[in-house]
Amino acid sequence: MTDQITPVELEKQRNHILSARDASKPTIMVCGGTGCLALESDKVAEALKKAIQDQGVDAKVELKTTGCPGFCEQGPLVVVHPEKIFYTHVKPKDAKDIISETISNGKVVDRLLYTDPITEKKVLYEQDIPFYKKQTRVLLKNSGIIDPEKIEDYIAVDGYKAVSKALFEMTSEQVLEEVKKANLRGRGGAGFPAAIKWELCRKETSDQRYIICNADEGDPGAFQDRGIIEGNPHSILEGMILGAYAIGASKGYIYIRHEYPLAVKMIKKAIVQAREYGFLGKNILGSDFSFDLEVQLGAGAFVCGEETAMMASIEGRVGEPRTRPPYPAQKGLWGKPTNINNTKTWAWVTHIINNGADWFARIGNEKNRGTMIFSLVGKVNNTGLVEVPMGISIHDLIEGIGGGVPKDKTLKAVQTGGPSGGCIPVRMFDLPMDYDSLREAGSIMGSGGVIVMDEDTCMVDVARYFLEFCKFESCGKCTACREGVKRMWEIVDYISRGYGEEGDIELLEELAKAVKIGSLCGLGQTAPNPVMTTIKYFRDEYEAHIRDKTCPAGVCKALITFEIIVDNCPGCTLCARYCPVEAISGEKGKPHVIDESICIRCGVCRDVCNYNAVVVR
Amino acid sequence: MAIDINKVETIIGEHGKDENDLIQAMLAIQEEFHYLPPEALEKISEQLNVPKIRIYQVAAFYKVFSLEPRGKHIITVCKGTACHVRGSSMLVDQVDRVLKIGPGQTTEDLQFTLEEVNCLGCCAIGPVMTIDNKYYGNMSVSKVERVINKYVEKEVVADD
Repeated sequence: MTDQITPVELEKQRNHILSARDASKPTIMVCGGTGCLALESDKVAEALKKAIQDQGVDAKVELKTTGCPGFCEQGPLVVVHPEKIFYTHVKPKDAKDIISETISNGKVVDRLLYTDPITEKKVLYEQDIPFYKKQTRVLLKNSGIIDPEKIEDYIAVDGYKAVSKALFEMTSEQVLEEVKKANLRGRGGAGFPAAIKWELCRKETSDQRYIICNADEGDPGAFQDRGIIEGNPHSILEGMILGAYAIGASKGYIYIRHEYPLAVKMIKKAIVQAREYGFLGKNILGSDFSFDLEVQLGAGAFVCGEETAMMASIEGRVGEPRTRPPYPAQKGLWGKPTNINNTKTWAWVTHIINNGADWFARIGNEKNRGTMIFSLVGKVNNTGLVEVPMGISIHDLIEGIGGGVPKDKTLKAVQTGGPSGGCIPVRMFDLPMDYDSLREAGSIMGSGGVIVMDEDTCMVDVARYFLEFCKFESCGKCTACREGVKRMWEIVDYISRGYGEEGDIELLEELAKAVKIGSLCGLGQTAPNPVMTTIKYFRDEYEAHIRDKTCPAGVCKALITFEIIVDNCPGCTLCARYCPVEAISGEKGKPHVIDESICIRCGVCRDVCNYNAVVVR
Repeated sequence: MAIDINKVETIIGEHGKDENDLIQAMLAIQEEFHYLPPEALEKISEQLNVPKIRIYQVAAFYKVFSLEPRGKHIITVCKGTACHVRGSSMLVDQVDRVLKIGPGQTTEDLQFTLEEVNCLGCCAIGPVMTIDNKYYGNMSVSKVERVINKYVEKEVVADD
């Protein structure tokens, strides 16, 4: 590879890659994302490779490991292109049949098809599965199609076209204006217009400006950044090159969690390849513009998702936030003007430059344009990554795409925005999922985590969980956050253990206000949100814990007991064998009994029981 | 426990040249030894020209760093929200019952360390537990001992 290719050569290269491909030739795509890998998709890929060799069909088919297509619940996923025959829960032993039936004989392997839980019918193609049908996939479109380790795959899907267009057909002002016109709002959660931030940074006089990609996806229950980086790392690089051009930055950093080893590997590899092609480095594509990127690993501190803390961490220091102003745009990394955007925001820039602001404005609603990627998790049938236009109703997201709650349970609430967000009750599910509506309801969009909760989820326990998270993650700089959150946790913990008293709820409300006002950064300012929304919408549950000393959802250990229903128990002895404290007794073939005084309420008995004989009271 | 000081020098050299690279160099050391040996921190201080107090401040602040030796096998239980609502705290309790170690603790024979992590980002297959970066999805209390035993048994075979 020459170290500098020109736009003309890039197009030649693209045509060359495309012409060498036969679009009708079957390609087997195996998901290599973290979710499917955990279910051993690497072994499936190996088995497929072996089956292809064994059956001598090397010339007839191509095998590819891709990023995450999003439907993690059904993994490991194998999709056969061009028809997109969608195989789910594939095991290595299925490889032989996929090759002999689908590739050699053009037949479908019925047992691997997805079964719609509502109609109970098998669905053949990816595009017909309800989970995909109702999505608008832009950022995720190419995850699951391209091999993230091959830059050629990205170039084949118009990769780096936007960089070529921007550098040679647009001025840096025009790039900024286009993003401004699009009114792209930051995907990190607060929804601040990206171009406004860019402009502030650009206006500062300085010999050096920096840009940062915030891939420190710390919200528990959110993994959309991981999904994009693992599946399509070059789309982030391209967006950052465009942003750097618009802002006038020559150096960028990608700050990514060390907890995402696969994503780190992918982004590092992509940077090396982009440098080889001349998309990064000096005089990009032969233009006057130079820009390079470096990866910085986070070291497991949630607060580093806050921009001033992140910059401190990149400088090799303790990640404590500082007062603003000065804003990063004025004084950022090493005192130089710096612009920080979320992974998804950078990825959007590429699409906006390629397709224009008007195209972007047609997706979503007036104030909240484009799509948002949600990670749909918790008590929902179809878990995974979902990309939908902004403003979709919670109901459509959970019932339409998520397929509702499993096991005939009753839907209770959703939690959005991670530890900074709140819980929204089922009666408000007409609410559109956008920045403004969620904020009004007391929650926030955050980075897009959507955790579905059913009747078995205790809202006091949820509040306690998030407070524990914030208590642990508070950097300790502001007293209100450090001490206030801890006290709030203590109160909720007491309530969950049956020691709650009248007045506790009011005290929590008072403390929440103090923590909100007295904290410097977003962590402390939003830490009370989960408590406040659960009190607002589920006050009766708090009252049940405090007054009646019961946990209606059957979660809070101190307030529940496990019991065996005599009529359901055939006396199989399984629970007694698994019980870690020998609290269960009974003869074989006769109903068993749990000794409440020994029971530690670990739930193993309920977990292993095949007869639904163990219940919580 | 003696550590290979030449190896330490090489790792630091590969990951940093000045104080700005402190965290990245420390991460590399942690990755290699599973904790931050005092001799290695001494070297970092020399090579990157950073006062030791700042190194210890960083080590204490970021959760990934450990100043104590950790086990040969690292068990991590995810306590992300999705895993939490699917009962991941019970996995922690169960590991405690099997190995007699709580979060952050190491078994006396230095074989296992139990850690908790905020979110591993594979929420769809929660609750998730990992051992030495191998992911075990859709875990339940009843599976914990079996999974741990895979690593115990390996040890026995290796000793033979």
